[in-house]
Amino acid sequence: MGEFIDLVLLAMLALTALRIIFLKDLFAVVMLFGIYSFLSALIFVNLDAVDVAFTEASVGAGISTVLMLGTLALTGRKEKENTHSSILPLLVVCITGAALIYGTLDMPPFGHPDNPVHEHVAPRYIEESPKEIGLPNMVTSVLASYRGFDTLGETVVVFAAAIGVLALLGTGRKEDDEAPESGLKSHHVLHVVAKIIIPLTILFALYVQFHGDFGPGGGFQAGVIAAAAFILYTLVFGLSKSMDVIGPKFLQFMASFGVLLYASVGLYSMYKGGQFLDYSKLAVDPVAGQHYGIIIIELGVGITVFAAMLSIFYAFSSQAERSNIQ
Amino acid sequence: MNFILDYYNYWIVVFLMMTGFYIVISANNLVKKIVGLNVFQTSVFMLYISMGKVSGGTAPILVEGVTLYSNPLPHVLILTAIVVGVATTAVGLSLIVRIKRAYGTVEENEFKNQDDAI
Amino acid sequence: MFILDIVSSVLLIAGVFFGLSGAIGLFKLPDFFTRVHAASVTDSIAAILIIVGLLLQTSFDLNTAKLLFILTFLMITSPTSSHALAKSARHGGLLTLPEEKEKQQEQTH
Repeated sequence: MGEFIDLVLLAMLALTALRIIFLKDLFAVVMLFGIYSFLSALIFVNLDAVDVAFTEASVGAGISTVLMLGTLALTGRKEKENTHSSILPLLVVCITGAALIYGTLDMPPFGHPDNPVHEHVAPRYIEESPKEIGLPNMVTSVLASYRGFDTLGETVVVFAAAIGVLALLGTGRKEDDEAPESGLKSHHVLHVVAKIIIPLTILFALYVQFHGDFGPGGGFQAGVIAAAAFILYTLVFGLSKSMDVIGPKFLQFMASFGVLLYASVGLYSMYKGGQFLDYSKLAVDPVAGQHYGIIIIELGVGITVFAAMLSIFYAFSSQAERSNIQ
Repeated sequence: MNFILDYYNYWIVVFLMMTGFYIVISANNLVKKIVGLNVFQTSVFMLYISMGKVSGGTAPILVEGVTLYSNPLPHVLILTAIVVGVATTAVGLSLIVRIKRAYGTVEENEFKNQDDAI
Repeated sequence: MFILDIVSSVLLIAGVFFGLSGAIGLFKLPDFFTRVHAASVTDSIAAILIIVGLLLQTSFDLNTAKLLFILTFLMITSPTSSHALAKSARHGGLLTLPEEKEKQQEQTH
Protein backbone atom coordinates (compact mmCIF):
# COMPACT_ATOMS: atom_id res chain seq x y z
CA MET A 1 0.00 0.00 0.00
CA GLY A 2 2.84 2.34 0.73
CA GLU A 3 4.20 1.87 -2.78
CA PHE A 4 0.84 2.77 -4.29
CA ILE A 5 0.77 6.09 -2.39
CA ASP A 6 4.32 6.67 -3.57
CA LEU A 7 3.36 6.09 -7.22
CA VAL A 8 0.36 8.42 -7.10
CA LEU A 9 2.24 11.22 -5.33
CA LEU A 10 5.15 11.04 -7.77
CA ALA A 11 2.74 11.20 -10.71
CA MET A 12 1.09 14.30 -9.21
CA LEU A 13 4.53 15.83 -8.78
CA ALA A 14 5.40 15.19 -12.42
CA LEU A 15 2.12 16.79 -13.56
CA THR A 16 2.74 19.88 -11.41
CA ALA A 17 6.27 20.31 -12.78
CA LEU A 18 5.00 19.89 -16.33
CA ARG A 19 2.37 22.57 -15.79
CA ILE A 20 4.98 25.05 -14.55
CA ILE A 21 6.62 25.04 -17.99
CA PHE A 22 3.54 26.24 -19.83
CA LEU A 23 2.18 28.94 -17.56
CA LYS A 24 2.77 32.59 -18.34
CA ASP A 25 1.35 34.06 -15.14
CA LEU A 26 4.28 34.10 -12.72
CA PHE A 27 2.08 34.31 -9.63
CA ALA A 28 0.52 30.98 -10.59
CA VAL A 29 4.01 29.57 -11.29
CA VAL A 30 5.17 30.47 -7.77
CA MET A 31 2.04 28.98 -6.23
CA LEU A 32 2.54 25.78 -8.24
CA PHE A 33 6.09 25.70 -6.95
CA GLY A 34 4.73 25.87 -3.39
CA ILE A 35 2.43 22.94 -4.18
CA TYR A 36 5.39 21.04 -5.69
CA SER A 37 7.37 21.62 -2.51
CA PHE A 38 4.54 20.37 -0.28
CA LEU A 39 4.04 17.28 -2.46
CA SER A 40 7.73 16.46 -2.22
CA ALA A 41 7.52 16.88 1.57
CA LEU A 42 4.70 14.27 1.54
CA ILE A 43 6.86 11.95 -0.56
CA PHE A 44 9.72 12.38 1.88
CA VAL A 45 7.44 11.32 4.75
CA ASN A 46 6.45 8.27 2.74
CA LEU A 47 10.14 7.45 2.22
CA ASP A 48 10.74 7.59 6.02
CA ALA A 49 12.68 10.88 5.88
CA VAL A 50 10.71 12.84 8.48
CA ASP A 51 13.40 15.42 9.29
CA VAL A 52 13.92 16.16 5.61
CA ALA A 53 10.15 16.48 5.09
CA PHE A 54 9.90 18.97 7.95
CA THR A 55 12.76 21.05 6.54
CA GLU A 56 11.43 20.93 2.98
CA ALA A 57 7.93 21.97 4.07
CA SER A 58 9.10 24.87 6.20
CA VAL A 59 12.07 26.07 4.13
CA GLY A 60 11.06 25.18 0.59
CA ALA A 61 7.34 25.76 0.70
CA GLY A 62 7.54 28.53 3.28
CA ILE A 63 10.50 30.85 2.93
CA SER A 64 11.25 30.24 -0.77
CA THR A 65 7.66 30.99 -1.78
CA VAL A 66 7.57 34.16 0.35
CA LEU A 67 10.84 35.44 -1.15
CA MET A 68 9.71 34.69 -4.69
CA LEU A 69 6.43 36.53 -4.09
CA GLY A 70 8.41 39.45 -2.69
CA THR A 71 10.49 39.51 -5.87
CA LEU A 72 7.37 39.32 -8.04
CA ALA A 73 5.98 42.37 -6.23
CA LEU A 74 9.02 44.24 -7.50
CA THR A 75 9.42 42.84 -10.99
CA GLY A 76 5.92 42.27 -12.32
CA ARG A 77 3.84 39.18 -12.68
CA LYS A 78 3.48 38.34 -16.36
CA GLU A 79 6.09 36.66 -18.48
CA LYS A 80 6.54 38.11 -21.94
CA GLU A 81 6.63 36.00 -25.08
CA ASN A 82 9.65 33.91 -25.89
CA THR A 83 11.42 35.03 -29.06
CA HIS A 84 13.82 32.16 -29.65
CA SER A 85 12.63 28.76 -30.77
CA SER A 86 12.43 25.94 -28.29
CA ILE A 87 13.63 23.11 -30.54
CA LEU A 88 17.24 23.20 -29.41
CA PRO A 89 16.48 23.19 -25.63
CA LEU A 90 13.99 20.35 -26.18
CA LEU A 91 16.62 18.36 -28.08
CA VAL A 92 19.24 18.90 -25.37
CA VAL A 93 16.77 17.93 -22.66
CA CYS A 94 15.68 14.76 -24.46
CA ILE A 95 19.24 13.60 -25.08
CA THR A 96 20.26 14.29 -21.48
CA GLY A 97 17.13 12.57 -20.18
CA ALA A 98 17.75 9.50 -22.29
CA ALA A 99 21.34 9.29 -21.09
CA LEU A 100 20.26 9.63 -17.46
CA ILE A 101 17.60 6.92 -17.78
CA TYR A 102 20.17 4.64 -19.34
CA GLY A 103 22.33 5.42 -16.30
CA THR A 104 19.59 4.61 -13.79
CA LEU A 105 19.29 1.09 -15.15
CA ASP A 106 22.63 0.39 -13.47
CA MET A 107 21.42 1.54 -10.08
CA PRO A 108 20.52 -0.92 -7.34
CA PRO A 109 16.78 -1.62 -7.06
CA PHE A 110 14.73 0.66 -4.88
CA GLY A 111 14.41 -0.30 -1.22
CA HIS A 112 16.46 -3.49 -0.96
CA PRO A 113 18.21 -3.72 2.41
CA ASP A 114 21.51 -4.89 0.95
CA ASN A 115 22.12 -1.96 -1.39
CA PRO A 116 25.68 -0.64 -1.36
CA VAL A 117 24.58 2.60 0.26
CA HIS A 118 23.60 0.74 3.44
CA GLU A 119 27.09 -0.62 4.10
CA HIS A 120 30.23 0.75 5.76
CA VAL A 121 29.25 3.94 7.52
CA ALA A 122 25.48 3.79 7.99
CA PRO A 123 25.29 0.55 10.06
CA ARG A 124 28.02 1.95 12.29
CA TYR A 125 25.96 5.10 12.90
CA ILE A 126 22.79 3.10 13.56
CA GLU A 127 24.46 0.70 15.98
CA GLU A 128 26.95 2.93 17.77
CA SER A 129 25.04 6.19 18.14
CA PRO A 130 22.81 4.99 21.02
CA LYS A 131 25.93 4.10 23.00
CA GLU A 132 28.20 6.96 22.03
CA ILE A 133 25.66 9.80 21.92
CA GLY A 134 22.47 8.45 23.41
CA LEU A 135 19.91 10.47 21.47
CA PRO A 136 16.85 8.81 19.96
CA ASN A 137 16.95 10.89 16.77
CA MET A 138 19.83 9.45 14.78
CA VAL A 139 19.64 12.16 12.13
CA THR A 140 20.34 14.83 14.77
CA SER A 141 23.22 12.87 16.24
CA VAL A 142 24.81 12.37 12.81
CA LEU A 143 24.12 15.98 11.77
CA ALA A 144 25.38 17.64 14.94
CA SER A 145 28.09 15.33 16.17
CA TYR A 146 29.47 12.89 13.62
CA ARG A 147 29.17 15.39 10.74
CA GLY A 148 29.47 18.57 12.79
CA PHE A 149 31.89 20.17 10.35
CA ASP A 150 29.34 20.03 7.53
CA THR A 151 26.76 21.71 9.72
CA LEU A 152 29.22 24.46 10.67
CA GLY A 153 29.82 25.05 6.96
CA GLU A 154 26.09 25.12 6.32
CA THR A 155 25.52 27.73 9.04
CA VAL A 156 28.28 29.86 7.58
CA VAL A 157 26.64 29.53 4.13
CA VAL A 158 23.33 30.84 5.52
CA PHE A 159 25.18 33.69 7.20
CA ALA A 160 27.04 34.48 3.95
CA ALA A 161 23.74 34.49 2.03
CA ALA A 162 22.32 37.00 4.48
CA ILE A 163 25.41 39.18 4.04
CA GLY A 164 25.10 38.86 0.25
CA VAL A 165 21.47 39.91 0.21
CA LEU A 166 22.16 42.82 2.56
CA ALA A 167 25.08 43.93 0.39
CA LEU A 168 22.91 43.84 -2.74
CA LEU A 169 19.69 45.31 -1.41
CA GLY A 170 20.68 47.31 1.64
CA THR A 171 19.25 47.12 5.11
CA GLY A 172 16.08 48.95 5.92
CA ARG A 173 16.64 52.19 7.70
CA LYS A 174 14.68 53.02 10.80
CA GLU A 175 14.82 56.78 10.31
CA ASP A 176 12.27 56.84 7.48
CA ASP A 177 9.59 58.67 9.44
CA GLU A 178 7.94 60.01 6.28
CA ALA A 179 7.24 56.46 5.09
CA PRO A 180 3.49 55.83 4.81
CA GLU A 181 1.90 53.31 7.10
CA SER A 182 2.02 49.95 5.40
CA GLY A 183 0.43 46.71 6.34
CA LEU A 184 -3.17 45.75 6.06
CA LYS A 185 -5.04 48.56 7.77
CA SER A 186 -8.63 47.53 7.23
CA HIS A 187 -8.28 43.81 7.85
CA HIS A 188 -9.47 43.71 11.43
CA VAL A 189 -10.05 39.96 11.49
CA LEU A 190 -6.49 39.41 10.35
CA HIS A 191 -5.15 41.70 13.08
CA VAL A 192 -6.90 39.78 15.83
CA VAL A 193 -6.06 36.34 14.53
CA ALA A 194 -2.42 37.30 13.92
CA LYS A 195 -2.14 38.46 17.51
CA ILE A 196 -3.35 35.03 18.64
CA ILE A 197 -1.25 32.99 16.22
CA ILE A 198 2.14 34.73 16.45
CA PRO A 199 2.98 33.88 20.10
CA LEU A 200 1.88 30.28 19.55
CA THR A 201 4.11 30.06 16.46
CA ILE A 202 7.14 31.31 18.40
CA LEU A 203 6.37 28.80 21.15
CA PHE A 204 6.18 26.04 18.57
CA ALA A 205 9.52 27.16 17.14
CA LEU A 206 11.11 26.85 20.59
CA TYR A 207 9.53 23.41 21.00
CA VAL A 208 10.94 22.25 17.65
CA GLN A 209 14.35 23.66 18.55
CA PHE A 210 14.78 21.78 21.77
CA HIS A 211 12.83 18.68 20.83
CA GLY A 212 15.08 17.95 17.86
CA ASP A 213 16.92 15.35 19.92
CA PHE A 214 13.84 13.18 20.36
CA GLY A 215 11.83 13.64 17.21
CA PRO A 216 12.06 15.46 13.91
CA GLY A 217 13.24 18.99 14.39
CA GLY A 218 16.38 20.89 15.18
CA GLY A 219 17.90 24.26 14.61
CA PHE A 220 17.07 24.89 10.95
CA GLN A 221 13.38 24.18 11.12
CA ALA A 222 13.04 26.15 14.37
CA GLY A 223 14.82 29.20 12.98
CA VAL A 224 12.63 29.21 9.89
CA ILE A 225 9.39 28.83 11.87
CA ALA A 226 10.33 31.69 14.22
CA ALA A 227 11.23 33.84 11.20
CA ALA A 228 7.83 32.98 9.67
CA ALA A 229 6.09 34.31 12.80
CA PHE A 230 7.86 37.66 12.46
CA ILE A 231 7.23 37.73 8.70
CA LEU A 232 3.50 37.38 9.47
CA TYR A 233 3.79 40.27 11.89
CA THR A 234 5.51 42.40 9.24
CA LEU A 235 2.88 41.60 6.62
CA VAL A 236 -0.08 42.39 8.87
CA PHE A 237 1.18 45.34 10.92
CA GLY A 238 3.71 47.00 8.62
CA LEU A 239 7.47 47.09 8.25
CA SER A 240 8.14 50.05 10.54
CA LYS A 241 6.29 48.49 13.48
CA SER A 242 8.13 45.24 12.91
CA MET A 243 11.49 47.01 12.83
CA ASP A 244 10.60 48.61 16.15
CA VAL A 245 10.24 45.14 17.65
CA ILE A 246 13.43 43.67 16.19
CA GLY A 247 15.71 46.12 14.40
CA PRO A 248 18.05 45.26 11.55
CA LYS A 249 21.17 45.95 13.61
CA PHE A 250 20.09 43.51 16.28
CA LEU A 251 19.44 40.90 13.60
CA GLN A 252 22.93 41.34 12.21
CA PHE A 253 24.33 40.89 15.70
CA MET A 254 22.21 37.76 16.21
CA ALA A 255 23.30 36.19 12.94
CA SER A 256 26.98 36.56 13.72
CA PHE A 257 26.44 35.51 17.33
CA GLY A 258 24.98 32.17 16.25
CA VAL A 259 27.96 31.27 14.08
CA LEU A 260 30.33 32.46 16.80
CA LEU A 261 28.56 30.26 19.37
CA TYR A 262 28.96 27.22 17.15
CA ALA A 263 32.63 27.83 16.44
CA SER A 264 33.46 28.64 20.04
CA VAL A 265 32.07 25.28 21.18
CA GLY A 266 34.67 23.75 18.88
CA LEU A 267 37.42 25.99 20.20
CA TYR A 268 36.42 25.24 23.79
CA SER A 269 36.75 21.52 23.20
CA MET A 270 40.22 22.16 21.77
CA TYR A 271 41.02 24.13 24.91
CA LYS A 272 39.90 21.16 26.98
CA GLY A 273 42.38 18.94 25.21
CA GLY A 274 40.36 17.30 22.44
CA GLN A 275 40.06 18.03 18.75
CA PHE A 276 37.92 20.76 17.17
CA LEU A 277 34.21 20.03 17.77
CA ASP A 278 34.94 16.96 19.91
CA TYR A 279 32.03 17.20 22.31
CA SER A 280 33.13 14.37 24.62
CA LYS A 281 35.58 16.74 26.27
CA LEU A 282 32.90 19.25 27.28
CA ALA A 283 31.91 17.42 30.45
CA VAL A 284 33.37 14.70 32.67
CA ASP A 285 31.05 12.04 31.21
CA PRO A 286 31.51 11.79 27.39
CA VAL A 287 27.83 11.09 26.66
CA ALA A 288 26.72 14.10 28.74
CA GLY A 289 29.35 16.15 26.92
CA GLN A 290 27.83 15.10 23.61
CA HIS A 291 24.38 16.20 24.82
CA TYR A 292 25.68 19.62 25.93
CA GLY A 293 27.52 20.12 22.67
CA ILE A 294 24.55 19.19 20.52
CA ILE A 295 22.12 21.45 22.39
CA ILE A 296 24.45 24.46 22.24
CA ILE A 297 25.30 24.14 18.58
CA GLU A 298 21.67 23.59 17.60
CA LEU A 299 20.89 26.80 19.47
CA GLY A 300 23.60 28.59 17.50
CA VAL A 301 22.23 27.23 14.24
CA GLY A 302 18.67 28.25 15.15
CA ILE A 303 19.68 31.80 16.07
CA THR A 304 21.67 32.27 12.87
CA VAL A 305 18.97 30.86 10.59
CA PHE A 306 16.26 32.97 12.27
CA ALA A 307 18.28 36.19 12.00
CA ALA A 308 19.41 35.48 8.43
CA MET A 309 15.91 34.68 7.12
CA LEU A 310 14.38 37.70 8.81
CA SER A 311 17.15 40.05 7.54
CA ILE A 312 16.64 38.78 4.00
CA PHE A 313 12.91 39.37 4.30
CA TYR A 314 13.44 42.89 5.71
CA ALA A 315 15.75 43.68 2.77
CA PHE A 316 13.14 42.55 0.20
CA SER A 317 10.31 44.28 2.06
CA SER A 318 12.07 47.63 2.34
CA GLN A 319 12.74 47.49 -1.41
CA ALA A 320 9.03 47.02 -1.99
CA GLU A 321 8.21 49.92 0.31
CA ARG A 322 10.70 52.15 -1.44
CA SER A 323 9.26 51.40 -4.86
CA ASN A 324 5.76 51.97 -3.46
CA ILE A 325 6.77 55.44 -2.29
CA GLN A 326 8.17 56.24 -5.72
CA MET B 1 6.07 -5.28 -13.10
CA ASN B 2 8.67 -5.74 -10.41
CA PHE B 3 11.21 -4.11 -12.67
CA ILE B 4 9.00 -1.03 -13.09
CA LEU B 5 8.39 -0.82 -9.35
CA ASP B 6 12.10 -1.07 -8.68
CA TYR B 7 13.03 1.82 -10.91
CA TYR B 8 9.86 3.97 -11.03
CA ASN B 9 11.22 6.39 -8.43
CA TYR B 10 14.41 7.01 -10.37
CA TRP B 11 12.61 7.53 -13.68
CA ILE B 12 10.24 10.10 -12.21
CA VAL B 13 13.26 11.82 -10.67
CA VAL B 14 14.96 11.97 -14.09
CA PHE B 15 11.73 13.37 -15.59
CA LEU B 16 11.53 16.09 -12.92
CA MET B 17 15.20 16.89 -13.37
CA MET B 18 14.72 17.32 -17.10
CA THR B 19 11.63 19.49 -16.57
CA GLY B 20 13.58 21.77 -14.25
CA PHE B 21 16.50 21.81 -16.68
CA TYR B 22 14.20 22.75 -19.56
CA ILE B 23 12.69 25.61 -17.55
CA VAL B 24 16.16 26.92 -16.69
CA ILE B 25 17.49 26.93 -20.24
CA SER B 26 14.42 28.07 -22.11
CA ALA B 27 12.47 30.43 -19.86
CA ASN B 28 12.65 34.09 -20.77
CA ASN B 29 11.88 35.54 -17.39
CA LEU B 30 14.60 35.35 -14.75
CA VAL B 31 12.23 34.57 -11.86
CA LYS B 32 10.92 31.57 -13.78
CA LYS B 33 14.50 30.40 -14.24
CA ILE B 34 14.97 30.44 -10.48
CA VAL B 35 11.75 28.43 -10.05
CA GLY B 36 13.08 25.89 -12.55
CA LEU B 37 16.36 25.70 -10.64
CA ASN B 38 14.46 24.94 -7.45
CA VAL B 39 12.43 22.23 -9.21
CA PHE B 40 15.71 20.68 -10.35
CA GLN B 41 17.18 20.83 -6.83
CA THR B 42 14.17 19.19 -5.22
CA SER B 43 14.26 16.34 -7.71
CA VAL B 44 17.91 15.68 -6.80
CA PHE B 45 16.89 15.53 -3.13
CA MET B 46 14.29 12.96 -4.01
CA LEU B 47 16.92 10.84 -5.72
CA TYR B 48 19.09 10.71 -2.61
CA ILE B 49 16.21 9.99 -0.26
CA SER B 50 14.94 7.22 -2.54
CA MET B 51 18.37 5.64 -2.36
CA GLY B 52 18.29 5.71 1.42
CA LYS B 53 14.95 4.02 1.88
CA VAL B 54 14.85 0.44 3.15
CA SER B 55 11.64 -1.51 2.49
CA GLY B 56 10.04 -2.49 5.76
CA GLY B 57 12.19 -0.07 7.71
CA THR B 58 11.01 2.97 9.59
CA ALA B 59 12.19 6.51 10.22
CA PRO B 60 15.66 6.66 11.80
CA ILE B 61 14.42 7.52 15.29
CA LEU B 62 15.11 4.91 17.96
CA VAL B 63 11.92 3.25 19.14
CA GLU B 64 11.46 0.23 21.38
CA GLY B 65 11.22 -3.01 19.49
CA VAL B 66 12.22 -1.84 16.01
CA THR B 67 15.42 -3.15 14.48
CA LEU B 68 15.28 -2.11 10.82
CA TYR B 69 15.81 1.62 10.22
CA SER B 70 16.13 3.58 7.03
CA ASN B 71 19.56 4.95 6.33
CA PRO B 72 20.10 8.26 8.19
CA LEU B 73 23.10 9.37 6.16
CA PRO B 74 21.32 10.65 3.01
CA HIS B 75 18.86 12.49 5.27
CA VAL B 76 21.68 14.46 6.85
CA LEU B 77 23.22 15.37 3.50
CA ILE B 78 19.89 16.47 2.05
CA LEU B 79 19.08 18.56 5.14
CA THR B 80 22.23 20.56 4.45
CA ALA B 81 21.44 20.72 0.75
CA ILE B 82 17.92 22.12 1.28
CA VAL B 83 19.18 24.97 3.44
CA VAL B 84 22.02 25.78 1.04
CA GLY B 85 19.47 25.73 -1.79
CA VAL B 86 17.27 28.32 -0.14
CA ALA B 87 20.34 30.47 0.60
CA THR B 88 21.31 30.48 -3.10
CA THR B 89 17.72 31.19 -4.10
CA ALA B 90 17.65 34.23 -1.81
CA VAL B 91 20.87 35.63 -3.26
CA GLY B 92 19.67 34.91 -6.80
CA LEU B 93 16.36 36.69 -6.21
CA SER B 94 18.10 39.76 -4.81
CA LEU B 95 20.33 39.82 -7.91
CA ILE B 96 17.13 39.82 -10.00
CA VAL B 97 15.83 42.81 -8.06
CA ARG B 98 19.05 44.69 -8.80
CA ILE B 99 18.90 43.72 -12.48
CA LYS B 100 15.39 45.11 -12.64
CA ARG B 101 16.59 48.35 -11.12
CA ALA B 102 19.57 48.60 -13.49
CA TYR B 103 18.02 47.55 -16.81
CA GLY B 104 14.31 48.16 -16.22
CA THR B 105 13.36 44.61 -17.21
CA VAL B 106 13.90 41.02 -16.20
CA GLU B 107 13.09 39.45 -19.56
CA GLU B 108 16.24 37.99 -21.01
CA ASN B 109 15.69 38.93 -24.64
CA GLU B 110 15.22 42.58 -23.68
CA PHE B 111 18.44 43.17 -21.83
CA LYS B 112 20.72 40.55 -23.37
CA ASN B 113 22.62 43.04 -25.53
CA GLN B 114 22.66 45.93 -23.11
CA ASP B 115 25.75 44.99 -21.20
CA ASP B 116 27.04 48.54 -20.80
CA ALA B 117 23.69 50.23 -20.44
CA ILE B 118 24.22 51.45 -16.88
CA MET C 1 -12.23 -2.32 18.66
CA PHE C 2 -14.20 -2.98 15.55
CA ILE C 3 -16.88 -0.31 15.99
CA LEU C 4 -14.21 2.40 16.40
CA ASP C 5 -12.60 1.29 13.14
CA ILE C 6 -15.89 1.50 11.27
CA VAL C 7 -16.76 4.94 12.62
CA SER C 8 -13.27 6.24 11.89
CA SER C 9 -13.33 4.93 8.31
CA VAL C 10 -16.76 6.49 7.71
CA LEU C 11 -15.45 9.84 8.95
CA LEU C 12 -12.30 9.59 6.81
CA ILE C 13 -14.29 8.73 3.69
CA ALA C 14 -16.68 11.64 4.35
CA GLY C 15 -13.70 13.96 4.77
CA VAL C 16 -12.19 12.76 1.49
CA PHE C 17 -15.56 13.27 -0.23
CA PHE C 18 -15.78 16.87 0.96
CA GLY C 19 -12.20 17.51 -0.08
CA LEU C 20 -12.93 16.11 -3.53
CA SER C 21 -16.09 18.20 -3.84
CA GLY C 22 -14.10 21.30 -2.89
CA ALA C 23 -11.55 20.50 -5.59
CA ILE C 24 -14.24 19.90 -8.24
CA GLY C 25 -15.98 23.12 -7.19
CA LEU C 26 -12.71 24.99 -7.71
CA PHE C 27 -12.91 24.08 -11.39
CA LYS C 28 -16.61 24.19 -12.06
CA LEU C 29 -17.89 27.26 -10.26
CA PRO C 30 -18.19 30.39 -12.39
CA ASP C 31 -17.13 33.23 -10.14
CA PHE C 32 -14.11 34.04 -7.95
CA PHE C 33 -16.06 34.40 -4.72
CA THR C 34 -17.88 31.08 -5.17
CA ARG C 35 -14.53 29.43 -5.86
CA VAL C 36 -13.13 30.83 -2.60
CA HIS C 37 -16.10 29.26 -0.84
CA ALA C 38 -15.35 25.90 -2.47
CA ALA C 39 -11.71 26.08 -1.38
CA SER C 40 -12.68 26.97 2.16
CA VAL C 41 -14.93 23.91 2.29
CA THR C 42 -11.78 21.86 1.85
CA ASP C 43 -10.03 23.78 4.59
CA SER C 44 -12.73 23.57 7.19
CA ILE C 45 -15.09 20.61 7.03
CA ALA C 46 -12.80 18.14 5.25
CA ALA C 47 -9.93 18.85 7.65
CA ILE C 48 -12.19 18.49 10.70
CA LEU C 49 -13.66 15.18 9.52
CA ILE C 50 -10.26 13.72 8.62
CA ILE C 51 -8.65 14.75 11.89
CA VAL C 52 -11.56 13.45 14.00
CA GLY C 53 -11.39 10.20 12.03
CA LEU C 54 -7.67 9.96 12.86
CA LEU C 55 -8.34 10.82 16.50
CA LEU C 56 -10.45 7.69 16.81
CA GLN C 57 -7.49 5.60 15.65
CA THR C 58 -5.10 6.64 18.41
CA SER C 59 -5.26 5.57 22.00
CA PHE C 60 -5.42 8.40 24.50
CA ASP C 61 -1.77 9.50 24.44
CA LEU C 62 0.54 12.23 23.11
CA ASN C 63 -0.62 11.75 19.52
CA THR C 64 -4.18 12.65 20.57
CA ALA C 65 -2.96 15.92 22.07
CA LYS C 66 -0.95 16.72 18.93
CA LEU C 67 -3.93 16.02 16.67
CA LEU C 68 -6.18 18.22 18.84
CA PHE C 69 -3.63 21.04 18.60
CA ILE C 70 -3.48 20.68 14.82
CA LEU C 71 -7.27 20.79 14.67
CA THR C 72 -7.42 23.95 16.78
CA PHE C 73 -4.82 25.76 14.69
CA LEU C 74 -6.46 24.72 11.43
CA MET C 75 -9.84 25.94 12.62
CA ILE C 76 -8.37 29.31 13.62
CA THR C 77 -6.23 29.94 10.55
CA SER C 78 -7.99 28.54 7.49
CA PRO C 79 -11.25 30.52 7.72
CA THR C 80 -9.11 33.59 8.37
CA SER C 81 -7.11 33.07 5.20
CA SER C 82 -10.25 32.54 3.10
CA HIS C 83 -11.71 35.71 4.63
CA ALA C 84 -8.51 37.66 3.94
CA LEU C 85 -8.50 36.43 0.34
CA ALA C 86 -12.12 37.41 -0.28
CA LYS C 87 -11.72 40.77 1.46
CA SER C 88 -8.59 41.64 -0.53
CA ALA C 89 -10.37 40.76 -3.76
CA ARG C 90 -13.32 42.96 -2.80
CA HIS C 91 -10.95 45.74 -1.76
CA GLY C 92 -9.20 45.47 -5.11
CA GLY C 93 -12.48 45.98 -6.91
CA LEU C 94 -13.44 42.50 -8.03
CA LEU C 95 -17.17 42.26 -8.68
CA THR C 96 -19.43 39.28 -8.05
CA LEU C 97 -21.16 37.63 -11.01
CA PRO C 98 -24.56 39.41 -10.64
CA GLU C 99 -22.79 42.76 -10.31
CA GLU C 100 -20.71 41.99 -13.43
CA LYS C 101 -23.87 41.23 -15.40
CA GLU C 102 -25.46 44.49 -14.18
CA LYS C 103 -22.42 46.46 -15.23
CA GLN C 104 -22.40 44.85 -18.68
CA GLN C 105 -26.10 45.62 -19.11
CA GLU C 106 -25.51 49.26 -18.16
CA GLN C 107 -22.67 49.50 -20.64
CA THR C 108 -24.67 48.11 -23.55
CA HIS C 109 -27.52 50.60 -22.86
